[in-house]
Amino acid sequence: MANITGVVTTSHIPSIGRAIAKNLKEDPYWKSFFDGYPPVHDWLKQTQPDVAVVFYNDHGLNFFLDKMPTFAVGAAPEYHNADEGWGIPTLPPFRGDLDLSWHLIESLVADDFDITTCQEMLVDHAFTLPMKLLYPDAGACPIRTVPICINTVQFPLPSAKRCFELGRAVGNAIRAWNSDSRVVVIGTGGLSHQLDGERAGFINKPFDIRFMDSLVSDPEWATRYSIHELVELAGTQGVELVMWLAARATLAGDVKRLHSNYHIPISNTASGLMVLA
Amino acid sequence: MTAMTPARKIPGTTLFDGEQARKGYALNKMCYSFNDAANRAEFQRDEDAYCAKYRLNRAQRDAIAHRNVLELIAAGGNVYYLAKFAGMFGLDVQDIGAQQTGMSKDEFKAMLAAAGKVEA
Repeated sequence: MANITGVVTTSHIPSIGRAIAKNLKEDPYWKSFFDGYPPVHDWLKQTQPDVAVVFYNDHGLNFFLDKMPTFAVGAAPEYHNADEGWGIPTLPPFRGDLDLSWHLIESLVADDFDITTCQEMLVDHAFTLPMKLLYPDAGACPIRTVPICINTVQFPLPSAKRCFELGRAVGNAIRAWNSDSRVVVIGTGGLSHQLDGERAGFINKPFDIRFMDSLVSDPEWATRYSIHELVELAGTQGVELVMWLAARATLAGDVKRLHSNYHIPISNTASGLMVLA
Repeated sequence: MTAMTPARKIPGTTLFDGEQARKGYALNKMCYSFNDAANRAEFQRDEDAYCAKYRLNRAQRDAIAHRNVLELIAAGGNVYYLAKFAGMFGLDVQDIGAQQTGMSKDEFKAMLAAAGKVEA
């Protein structure tokens, strides 16, 4: 049976793509952000995952408002990045894992999750930049991937509780997968930020720190909040923390924080990073 | 049933719900088209013709002409699609944050930096 090596949660801000392309890792603005990642690289070298299941949210690259799935699972042999309109460099395609995709799809539907399956799926910065942060070497990403997209564009969004349940079901499915693969689970987005309205620039550091702490020993803490309350606490885009919840929920039993980083601001966002196992 | 209870308004925030999605469909569809460089070039060649092609209403057309994010949101725009419109003019999320809050970009950046100094 497959095993989960651990969980990585990270922010996915578009300007990271520009900073990588311009090699700004040592720039004073960027240094404390990028300095968070070498310990993750070391952990990935030690644990050697073969495949990544990635919870992320599309920002209008693959999905438009004509069809907006709440939960979408990738089932493509390859996932392509593309122009998102504001000129960050396009990254090479990512290899899929069709066996794991269809195992997850069958298992999730059996568990009463009404998902959308995607045999073609463009992946935007929320998928590509975290993979590049984790695997920064030139060329294509060295491990296989299965993207799972959660709608955070059009309300009503799925509740934090439902996203946690989705993650738990994905974790159980991975552990029941008849494969000797080692699987890392990634959740991207957040932490607190708001891009739109007169409240743009809203950041809530005490909430973010409390949320990150909760993921270690009280992972369902944030599921007590409605999406509306999470917008109030973390900002309209801060609700992306549901990706962190889904990723965390794949782990069973006692969990340790192996690494974390938190930095304000990158762009308009409080950026966060955690490794849990 | 929380879903049936009218949620209290969050100041300075328009949730992109069904009402906004219905109102803003044409505007968002146009902005979604800006993923494609050929469409961005076509818009920049003839803005009026491009907006007409997507059947923008008067408020949406005016908001596009004014390059005004709060007006675009009021006209049903969603920030993820609007970001593609703003990107055509080299505006990043701090530029649009400054515009929406009535600050200079430096003031807006100072506000963000101050949020990092708060005791957690």
